[in-house]
Amino acid sequence: MRINLTTVYVDDQRAALAFYVNVLGFTKRRDIPVGEASWLTVVSPESPDGPELLLEPAGHPAVKPYRDALVEDGIPLAQFAVDDVEAEYARLTSKGVSFTQPPTDIGAAVLAVFDDTCGNLIQIVAEKPETAEGPPS
Amino acid sequence: MVDVFRALDDETRRLVLDELAASDGKTLFDICTVLTTRHGLSLTRQAISQHLGVLESAGLVVTERRGRSKFHYFNPAPLSEITRRWPHPERTRS
Repeated sequence: MRINLTTVYVDDQRAALAFYVNVLGFTKRRDIPVGEASWLTVVSPESPDGPELLLEPAGHPAVKPYRDALVEDGIPLAQFAVDDVEAEYARLTSKGVSFTQPPTDIGAAVLAVFDDTCGNLIQIVAEKPETAEGPPS
Repeated sequence: MVDVFRALDDETRRLVLDELAASDGKTLFDICTVLTTRHGLSLTRQAISQHLGVLESAGLVVTERRGRSKFHYFNPAPLSEITRRWPHPERTRS
């Protein structure tokens, strides 16, 4: 078994596609009309056959209280891996992305959390290579 | 003032204040992250939320909503009450 699809709920699918493609740098994978919405997915250009991220309309009544409660407490809805959190922080900040958590060194990794403008907080993480001296204390 | 001493009489709450004093403006999630990764405390989010409530009612932590998120800040003002009540001027003893 493997993970092939994960979901973020978005207020507006077209605005979300623009953000995830033009700002974050993902690639559109599927855009299949389903009624008023689309089966709209993006993938990482680094792994085009890897897991897809579904940009699902946030219209279901359970979504708003769920997302609002997570955002209030700063809890990210999804996590993406990057090579260098500081570099991504600089790149995304210059594109107007606002972070709720600046790059934070937690020992084994560096992470940061930003607002995806579609209603969610997204965490980016770069795990540190394990050093010869063993795991960092 | 009773609230301040009660709030400080707990190691977890003192650590929360340490972390906020070092780097202000943290969400509940940030605070949970640093307590777990830097201090090895595996408290539940609800427990940390309750500790923050105690600190907030003592005036040692203030919160601000920015956008849809809630950020916590260290407020040292109640601590200055202590030094005002028991001032410690340089004593000239000969």
